[in-house]
Amino acid sequence: MTQQPSPATVPSDNRSTSHTASDGLISAPKVSPSPERHRRTTSLLRLAPYIRPYRARWISMLLFSLASLSATIVIPLMTKAVIDGPVSHHDQRGLWVLGTAALAIGMAEAILWFGRRWLVARATMGIERDIRKDMYARLQVLPMSFHGGWQSGQLLSRIMNDLSMIRRLLSFGIVMLILNSLQIVVVTIILLVLYWPLGAVVVISIVPIAVTVLHNQRKFTKLSRMAQDQTGVVATTVEESALGLRVIKSFGREDYIYDRFDEKATELFDIQVRKVRLQASFWTLLEVIPNITLIIVLGLGAAATGSGAITLGTLVAFITMMLSLVWPISSLGFLLSMSQEAMTAADRVVEIFDTEPDITDGPVAELSHGGSLRLTDVGFKFPDAGDDDDAWALRHVNLELTPGETIALVGATGSGKSVLTSLIPRLYDVTEGRIEVDGTDIRELTLPALRETVATAFEDPTLFSLSVRENLTLGRPEATDEEIAEAIDVAQAHFVHDLPFGLETRIGEQGMSLSGGQRQRLSLARAVLTHPKVLVLDDTLSALDVHTESLVEEALRRVLHEVTGLVVAHRASTVLLADRVALLQDGRITHVGTHAQLLATVPSYRYLLAADDELDDGADPDPTWCTDDDRRCAQDGVEITEGSEEASRDDLSGVHRPMREARR
Amino acid sequence: MSTETDTQTRKDSEQFAREEERWRGRMSSEHDDDLPIDESRPMRREARQLLGSLLAPYKKMVVVLIVLVIIENLARLSVPRLVQVGIDHGVPPISRANDPHVLLIVLGVLVAVVTVQAVTRMFFLRQSGTIGELALLELRRRIFRHFQRLDVSFHDKYTSGRVVSRSTNDVEAIQDMLENGFDSLVTAVLTLVGTAVLLITLDVELGLICLVSFPILVALSAWFRGASSRTYREVRESAALVIVQFVETMTGIKAVQAYRREPRNQEIFEEVAERYRVINEKTFRLVAIFMPSVKLIGNIMTGIVLLYGGYRVLHGHMTVGVLTAFLLYLRMFFEPMQDITQFFNTFQSASSALEKVAGVIATPPGIKDPDEPKQLEKVDGAVEFDDVRFEYVADRPVLPGLTLDIPAGQTVALVGTTGAGKTTIAKLMARFYDPTSGAVRLDGVDLRDVDQPQLRRHVVLVTQENFMFEGSVADNIRFGKPTATDAEIRAAAEAVGADHFIDKLPDGYDTDVAKRGGRLSAGQRQLVAFARAFLADPAVLILDEATSSLDIPSERLVQRALETVLADRTALIIAHRLSTVEVADRVLVLEHGRVLEDGTPADLIGAGDGRYAALHRAWVESLA
Ligand SMILES: Nc1ncnc2c1ncn2[C@@H]1O[C@H](COP(=O)(O)OP(=O)(O)OP(=O)(O)O)[C@@H](O)[C@H]1O
Ligand SMILES: Nc1ncnc2c1ncn2[C@@H]1O[C@H](COP(=O)(O)OP(=O)(O)OP(=O)(O)O)[C@@H](O)[C@H]1O
Ligand SMILES: [Mg+2]
Ligand SMILES: [Mg+2]
Repeated sequence: MTQQPSPATVPSDNRSTSHTASDGLISAPKVSPSPERHRRTTSLLRLAPYIRPYRARWISMLLFSLASLSATIVIPLMTKAVIDGPVSHHDQRGLWVLGTAALAIGMAEAILWFGRRWLVARATMGIERDIRKDMYARLQVLPMSFHGGWQSGQLLSRIMNDLSMIRRLLSFGIVMLILNSLQIVVVTIILLVLYWPLGAVVVISIVPIAVTVLHNQRKFTKLSRMAQDQTGVVATTVEESALGLRVIKSFGREDYIYDRFDEKATELFDIQVRKVRLQASFWTLLEVIPNITLIIVLGLGAAATGSGAITLGTLVAFITMMLSLVWPISSLGFLLSMSQEAMTAADRVVEIFDTEPDITDGPVAELSHGGSLRLTDVGFKFPDAGDDDDAWALRHVNLELTPGETIALVGATGSGKSVLTSLIPRLYDVTEGRIEVDGTDIRELTLPALRETVATAFEDPTLFSLSVRENLTLGRPEATDEEIAEAIDVAQAHFVHDLPFGLETRIGEQGMSLSGGQRQRLSLARAVLTHPKVLVLDDTLSALDVHTESLVEEALRRVLHEVTGLVVAHRASTVLLADRVALLQDGRITHVGTHAQLLATVPSYRYLLAADDELDDGADPDPTWCTDDDRRCAQDGVEITEGSEEASRDDLSGVHRPMREARR
Repeated sequence: MSTETDTQTRKDSEQFAREEERWRGRMSSEHDDDLPIDESRPMRREARQLLGSLLAPYKKMVVVLIVLVIIENLARLSVPRLVQVGIDHGVPPISRANDPHVLLIVLGVLVAVVTVQAVTRMFFLRQSGTIGELALLELRRRIFRHFQRLDVSFHDKYTSGRVVSRSTNDVEAIQDMLENGFDSLVTAVLTLVGTAVLLITLDVELGLICLVSFPILVALSAWFRGASSRTYREVRESAALVIVQFVETMTGIKAVQAYRREPRNQEIFEEVAERYRVINEKTFRLVAIFMPSVKLIGNIMTGIVLLYGGYRVLHGHMTVGVLTAFLLYLRMFFEPMQDITQFFNTFQSASSALEKVAGVIATPPGIKDPDEPKQLEKVDGAVEFDDVRFEYVADRPVLPGLTLDIPAGQTVALVGTTGAGKTTIAKLMARFYDPTSGAVRLDGVDLRDVDQPQLRRHVVLVTQENFMFEGSVADNIRFGKPTATDAEIRAAAEAVGADHFIDKLPDGYDTDVAKRGGRLSAGQRQLVAFARAFLADPAVLILDEATSSLDIPSERLVQRALETVLADRTALIIAHRLSTVEVADRVLVLEHGRVLEDGTPADLIGAGDGRYAALHRAWVESLA
């Protein structure tokens, strides 16, 4: 018997071996490679390796089934033997012997049944769990671009619904399918042997059955795929409506969102009803065809008996045999539907397994020592973007940070700051150009090494409904209490001690039981706690009041002194954390310099960070005015990359237009 | 054997609970009290009622279907009988006198019977399937509606993963029963009853012996019912845990990857998946005991009847023919038992799911509409907090006692350190929560006396989290006013300065915002959320840091828009950037849920030594 390690103890005991576990994560799921020709059963068969650990159970289960099937066949024969033998011949001793034997076989049958079901429990549930684990692992390593494009409900319906469909086929569908087919074949052969012309009629009746099955299969495949996909759509809507509940409530849009849901649920209903109808005709046909064959056989058989070709006894035997075919054939309907659904489910599951993560480990596992960061001609385009020049979210970005230096990234809303920050921990990969940490292309590093080097505090806090401690130590499970206290200090997150259970308090989903500023500080503390070499802060002070902000800034300044920092900022106060500032305009870095330099020389920068209304109250709103200034910038020796003039002019004119309109 | 596995699983689940508490943390003092409803309590009555009410509209159809099933079964059972008649009475005349007359009649009847069978079967399958789907659709709708009706504090604790689990996985368990459960049940029960009667009439003594098996079967079923409903409840629970873990991972996948959380997550997931497997396996095992036991009883009965019947035949108390027939029918008696046990199993699984769902549906929302809601004719928008005390967690007041009067049309800015309770005030105004004591009034009417649709039409809150729904940019703006025309949507976007970026999107207003608005930048999402509120055009507008992620020029643009928009309506603006506060008529400085200062911005700055003045100074300095 295959001995599974008892997982109740395994995962909880080796808490420290996160790195070895992560090796396991990246390892490929156990699906066999895709063959050249894709058949209906291909996906299901490709999952076959998951059966391997349980094959002993599987084989014994099949043997048990066969044994109990023979018992099932033998019992009526025994009964017949008892009645025809001892009972008819008044043989009391024979009655006891044969009767007890029949009783024993009856009991054996039940025990074999029990054995089969007991074995199948572990085997099929084990397979389901193994696939589920691997699928989760695969989904965790698939990159952001994958997750951005997939509805969450589609993934959920795969990992729950589809896997249980496959399990159901494995646990009894397949066995019944095998046994029934076996029975059909054997009985048909016996019939052919008994009297071949009538046997031939039976064989011919397989033609309409086959036609029905094939015809149905085509339609059913399509419908079951639609149904399973739509299940995912409905799940997505449910999840979205739960996550967006607060917005729905604040606008009182329950009806609106209900209508959206209803539309999708009704569509699912329509598909299901179509499936029901198709199944109804399919199942009925499979019940009727054997009966019609029976009628034909009876007619022809009677004629044959009349003409003396066969005896009445043979006809009786023939028809009795045939009757035993009715159930196996009609149950095919149910079993085939089940197999179809499992095949569709397997298709959907294999789809995930076949998506190769395109952001994978490089060969270098060493952690960075210095922490210099260099972006060389970096360009980025979202995968679904078009081919034109506009499609680039970032283009020709050059930036160099020496170890310990902090650069502020300033740019208008939507200029590409967050995109740029997500390239550094390789949440997305650059489309062109390269990013280097300590001179090594980040694609050369292993992901754990890179992501240990770089820590990001995102613009949305992204917290989990876990304890505060677990949230804080997300990137550094081994952090000591002192380190945690230090990180809390830096982020001014002392409020955690006032929570009902301190660090052990569970914060609501996405930190919903905290205030906005509290969430943001937790997420900041989380980034600081990892002690990264490169710290990326994406507008992480936006929800703080001025007072707290300045406290955090003071503490951050200490931290940033030691690490390389990239700080996205909308406010001058945050910019002052940095040694230098890079101005990002429409995906290009147009100016780099100190805050004072840029403020003095780059109008578009002044415009973005201006404290007062100087610019839009200025006498001359004509966008062309900046050209002169820019020329002056250049003379003043502020770095300007190519194309900056145009870019800045575009930007300004763009912003000015709505402003003028608004004033009207 | 079962008690042993019972204690084993109990130990496992206790260990699991401790283990889980370590990483998931605690929410309230009693561990079991984490959920807003007690999900471990059996909800049999609620479940029955729910199922009854789902099927109630189809009562007549169900009766018709039962009749049809009876006809269909009679037709099915008569086929072998007719074939036998054909052989016994139809074939001999052919051999003897080449007279196919009788046979042809039998064949004709057979054709008719098979036709009846086909028609009734088809109709039954279609109708029962459709009814099942209809009931399922209704169930989905009710669950969805109810989750939407439940209040925010319920959802704070329940988590979306659980919502998803109840609305998908549990519904699917019920689907199994509704889709193909009844078919076999009806057939089986009919056969069972029919043959039982036949058995008794055939031979009373043997029949009574067979009846002995009945109490055993009942006891066995009672055991299975008890054990399996406990186990299936746990199945639902651990399925929910799997789903919760899955949904949370996928929602926060960015942080998961950036912080190398994958291995730990994998551990946790494997733990819950393993628990799910163990408990599922337990149900398999229960079935593995139950079904063969039924089989065993049947086979032992057959053996006993064979022996005792044979004995009686030997002693001339019974004919061979009766014994043969008896044994045949005994078989027919026990065969449908398997179908019944199978259905019983599906039913048990479905009813535990039903219980879970019914438990949710039976939970009344904490925020209720009054029985006789007051009508708000024309809302001016005067808001009043009357000694409002509010606590999220008992005895930890966030607002210890707030009294506040906002006259209609006034624009009030709320400032204060983070965690001071600003958002809480906003949520109370929008009636996300009800005050622990005291009252919030709109135009002098207690919010609890107004029904929610009315309230929400007049009071709109733009939250700190700008959630985007699936669909286009236009769809998301339209969320503020579902009836809005395209022109209105454009106008709203223009008013807040969102048109500039929307026009640059590849498909303009029709651009898909992707999952949770992932296609947009944070600031762009905020602008869309703002345009949405703009379009809703309420009497009272609450903006909770609606501009925090915007760059200064865009923020200023929004401010401009605000000046015109807020001129004639009541507004509560929460902001840390004091530039936004400048549009306000009045500023409130909040600290620990108390209003420390209250006045016009100019007055407060003028006072010089107050908090706001200090805040303002700090802010001006921060602008460099
Ligand atoms: N998944 C995506 N597919 C296509 N385009 C995208 C996607 N995500 C963002 N964009 C676009 O890329 C641009 C840059 O977005 P990004 O989030 O980097 O802006 P940002 O500078 O961070 O702005 P903000 O200050 O508002 O956060 C935006 O115009 C946005 O519309
Ligand atoms: N759902 C909740 N459950 C429990 N406590 C909560 C919940 N929401 C908020 N709190 C607590 O109530 C207090 C006030 O929170 P609130 O959100 O009102 O602060 P705020 O003034 O809006 O802060 P910020 O400026 O950071 O948004 C905080 O200490 C917070 O932790
Ligand atoms: Mg951003
Ligand atoms: Mg707040």
